[in-house]
Order: sequence, then structure tokens, then C-alpha cells
Amino acid sequence: MAEYSPAGDPILTVSNLVKHFPVRVGVLFKHTIGYVRAVDDVSFELRPGETLGVVGESGCGKSTLAQVLMRLEPPTSGSAAFEGREIFRMRGAELRRLRRNIQIVLQDPYTSLNPRMTVGDIVGEPFEIHPEVAPKASRREKVRELLDVVGLNPEHIHRYPHQFSGGQRQRIGIARALALRPKVIICDEPVSALDVSIQAQVMNLLGELQGEFGLSYVFIAHDLSVVRHLSDRVAVMYLGKIVEIGTEEQIYEHPMHPYTQALLSAVPVPDPTLRGLRQVIRLEGDVPSPVNPPSGCRFRTRCWKAAEICANEEPALVSRGGGQPSACHFAEERSVVP
Amino acid sequence: MVTRTASVVDTGEPGALPSAPLLEVADLQVEFRTHDGVAKVLNGVNYQVRAGETLAVLGESGSGKSVTAQAIMGILDVPPAAITGGAVRFHGEDLLTLPEERRRAIRGEGIAMIFQDALSALNPVFTVGFQIEEQLRVRLGLGRREARNRAIELLDLVRIPNPARRIRQYPHEFSGGMRQRAMIAMSLALDPEMLIADEPTTALDVTVQAQIMDLLAEIQAERRMGLILITHDLGVVAEVADRISVMYAGRIVEQADAASLYRSPGHPYTAALLESLPRLDQRGQTLNTIKGLPPSLLNIPSGCPFHPRCRRAEDVCRSEVPRDVRLGLGRTSACHFAEEVVAGG
Repeated sequence: MAEYSPAGDPILTVSNLVKHFPVRVGVLFKHTIGYVRAVDDVSFELRPGETLGVVGESGCGKSTLAQVLMRLEPPTSGSAAFEGREIFRMRGAELRRLRRNIQIVLQDPYTSLNPRMTVGDIVGEPFEIHPEVAPKASRREKVRELLDVVGLNPEHIHRYPHQFSGGQRQRIGIARALALRPKVIICDEPVSALDVSIQAQVMNLLGELQGEFGLSYVFIAHDLSVVRHLSDRVAVMYLGKIVEIGTEEQIYEHPMHPYTQALLSAVPVPDPTLRGLRQVIRLEGDVPSPVNPPSGCRFRTRCWKAAEICANEEPALVSRGGGQPSACHFAEERSVVP
Repeated sequence: MVTRTASVVDTGEPGALPSAPLLEVADLQVEFRTHDGVAKVLNGVNYQVRAGETLAVLGESGSGKSVTAQAIMGILDVPPAAITGGAVRFHGEDLLTLPEERRRAIRGEGIAMIFQDALSALNPVFTVGFQIEEQLRVRLGLGRREARNRAIELLDLVRIPNPARRIRQYPHEFSGGMRQRAMIAMSLALDPEMLIADEPTTALDVTVQAQIMDLLAEIQAERRMGLILITHDLGVVAEVADRISVMYAGRIVEQADAASLYRSPGHPYTAALLESLPRLDQRGQTLNTIKGLPPSLLNIPSGCPFHPRCRRAEDVCRSEVPRDVRLGLGRTSACHFAEEVVAGG
């Protein structure tokens, strides 16, 4: 594996992105009693042809991040620029062009495809909205090509989603995302609903397509092995914040943040000879509520290193002692992957 | 105190053992009668579990691992399901021929089960406490107060903080990991000899999964329970299983102790599964995949059901159903070329 080297200007720059959802109570006279801090001050860059993995447990804000970047949800504050242009201010034609360039693959291949549409209509629908990409006469041919590219039989263009298996449906979703030749694809848990043998097929496909079309991926997943396999760089999220970000090697071989270390050590390793020999960091308790996150460092309630400063002062996401940026007052490298 | 290593030694060559298995599934066959035809869901499943032993049943969706568990528990929906052959022996007694009354007595006290999705397995309109106490009162005849005290002990045993307060709460007030703990507490209420855990951590985050697996292993060792762990996760299996049964298309295609199975898989399906796994410790290029899809159970391929996806399939694989080949150390593999596969061929 060649050393990772970032190439060119970032295609996507996310700065201080915040998304809070109000918590409302009352039937007639609704009032807001607090906010779910789903994404809180997230910044990163994505370079052309790069895959940025985003890992974290349920409720860490990784899927909200995807929705905000797709402009499916407005951000509370912060900015994101695609090829240097601010995406949250775009309107009309400019926004339409943006949507051509950023597409999404969703987690659940059973609910993300309309059961009453044929595969041809599903994969061809983007062309209805963006007719300039493919003239009407050539659309069927385009759809057949797309099906072929993702490894489906182009003859199945008239079939319905229920006639396909989970892995094949995920391929349909990928074909739909590819239709407009986007530059960035946000993959939100694209393989977590699939069986092991099928998961490998879809991961290989995503890898091949990236090479073929020069795609950049934001690859969101909770499975750390899957993320490592596909990512150049990895961001670890906890309760709405990035706690550590670095190259795949930095994060997996030299993790600095206690949460990253705990997360990596908790992944079961498919090798019975390591049983009882691995050092496993067991976290106590559950993730706190994002409505009322702990003061200071959000991880401190489950952290074995927590001290007074952690409750009082929020650690910045900066490099400490030469390593990759990590948001911990006591960041220290500890290798946990066998 | 029985150690894990001891239970691995326990499972030597079948027949050479003094201790009878606690549970034995023998040639179990189940069909589902659907609108589209008869789905042959289980086609002769065999496995055994001894006291204190952890058997992992590994397989992908539709391989029949959960249906086997449901048949053992007697909770299959009949119809559409029908048990067409075989036996499920608990302490040597065939559960499938017992009157329902006797079976009910074994459920909970003999064999208990926990499910993947604790939120739908728990009743949302009763408190967690009520649901644990119910079986203590009905089955053990405990009074209200005794049952409550015992339920609090159980919640404490599965390390739910503040059990006296938690017991009055409803399932929706619990987090995912807490619910799974509550379900484990419930399954332990009647002190079963055998526990079936059907994907107990699949819905949980990895740090919580680690907590729950630790808890299960600890409780099992303490009580010398037999444990059947149903899962698709090759990582979880490697960490806890004494023995492993790999299922494919309603059959056990390989049985082995954990160390041997990962070191030298004896069936091409197991070998391919292990190769298709992304690894935490390396950034790979292209994963080895298993081509094609698992077969439709309405129309299982002739001969070996894995042959259309198998790298080394030959004519014999298409025409003849492979028998279980013994590979020593209690290992079996249902492959015509089992000896070559296990030798790394």
C-alpha cells in the first residue's frame, strides 16, 4: 500500500458545521425544551479521489452529517464548500448543479427503493430531474450501461426491487447514485445490512468504481474493519464531535484518543488464538444523551483518564506531540490492534 | 469451576465421551409451506451441546440457524412451518413428541432463549419488573414481594445500575444495551441449564456488544450452562465459541472446535467466508468474494447445495449430496473433498 498523499485542493471543505434538532413538548402550545446536538462543530476536508471514513456508534451524528451535506436538512450554523463554493447558500440552478455532483447511497436497500417502480425507472429517475445529462432517447441505453457497470444484468431493467436480493438492491442504489456522474458520493452504512459474503462483493464494487470514475467518498459506517478496508483517512465521531482524525494508518496503528482506542479494542477479532491475549479496553455504561451532553470533554463520563480539567475545559481537536489531531487533554498513542 | 479449555477437551471424538450431551438435535427437518411452494428450510441438522459448553451456530441470512433454535424451543409458527423429521433430545428425551404441557415446563427452566431485538421481544405496556416477576410468580409460586426482590437481584446480577428504581420502568426507558441485559435477566430467572442466544449483540454498538458478551460468558461459566450462540459475526464467534457449526441452506456443512476451524477450515464455504472478511489489522485491496447468492430454499441446487458458488466444484458435487466426512478431533465437513480442503487444497 502506497503512502497516503493528499492530491490537489479539497473538493469538499466542511467548517464548524453544527446541526441541532429542537426537542419540543406540548400539544397545542409547543415549546422547545432543549436541543439534540446531533452534529456539533465538525470540520474536515475531502480531496479528489479520496475516501474519508467516518466511524462512530449509534447517535454520534454520522448520519445527520450525511443529511446536512446532502442539503436534506439545513444546518444550524457552519459552512461547507464544494469546489470552493458555499453549498448552504446555493439556490435554483446552482443548487441543481450541486445535486448532480454530490450523491448518496443509503443503508437499507429494502426501504430506499420504491417498490412500485421498475429498476429502469429508479436508475433513470435522476435523468428526469436533470435532462441535460442524458437526452430522452438515450436514457434506456444509459440505464443499461449503469446496470452493467454495477454488475447487474442489463436485461433486468423491467424488474421490480422485490425480485432482487439485498446485495443486488444495494447495487441498484449505487447505479442510481452514479447516474449523474457525481464527483462525491456519500455512502451512509452501505454494507451494514448485507451478509458477509455479499458485503465483500459490494465493497469491492465501491473500490472499483472509485478508480474508474475518480470518485471521492465520504464513507460512513459503524464497522471499523469495513471502514479501514476502504478509507484513506478516517474521522472518529463521538456525540456529535470529531474526536480524532487522521490517515487510516494513524488511526488504526497509532490511535491517540482514548475513545478511538476503546472502540478499536472492542472489535472482536476473527482469530481464536488471540482469545484472552488481546488487551481489551472495556468502557462502562452507555453513550450519554446528546440532548444534555457532559460538560467539557463529552467522553469524560466513560473515560478512564478523566480528570478535573476534562469536566471544565473542552479539549480542542489539535495535534499533540506530533501525532494526528485528537480532542483529548491526555492524548497518548497506544496500539490496540493486534 | 470448569474452565473454557476443559470444555474444549470435552468435545473429543464423538462416542468416546462419558458425559451425555445436554441437548442433541438429530437430523432435524423443517419445511415452510408458502404460496410459492415448499421451502425446505432445514434439511437434516445435527448438533450437540454439553453442559458448560458454548456452541456457535454460524450462518448467513436464511441458512436456518434461527429456525433450528425456534424448533428447539417449540416456538415455530405451525403452519406455515412443519417439522417433517428428526428429533430434539434434551437429557435424552425427545421434545418433539412431548405433550405441550411438558414442553412448557422445560421452557425457561430447562432451556431459555434471548432474542436479537430486545425492544420487540419485551412487552412495551408492562414494566420490566412485571415481566421478570411474572414467571417467578407463575412458575415458582413466589408471592409479590418475594418475586420483586428476586427480580431486583436478577437485574443486579446482569449489572443494571439502580435495579430497585429500574425495575419500575418500561422497556422504552432503557437503552439498547440495558434492554438486552434485562432480557438476559429474564432468561435466567428460572435458572435454565441451557441458553439459546439468537444474535444477542447484532443490534448493539461495538463497545456495548463487548460488555454483553463478557456478561454472557461470565454467567455461563458460573452456572455451567450450555450456550448456543447464533450469529453471523465471525469475530464474535472467535472470541467465545468452544465449538462451531457452520450452516448453509438448512444443513450443517462443517463442525469443528474454534481453533481448528479458523486455522484450517474444512469446507470451501467456511474457507471462502473467512477470506471475504475485511480485517481490522490490514488495509486490503480487493476482498475475495463468494460469487453468486445463497440458494432459494424453494429450489435448492442438486448435490451439494454450495456447488454453484464453490471454487472447486466438480461433477460429483452436482450429482451427489456429500455425506459428513470425519476429519478427526470431532470435526466433520459435508464436502466431497473435505480432506483436501482441510489440508489447504
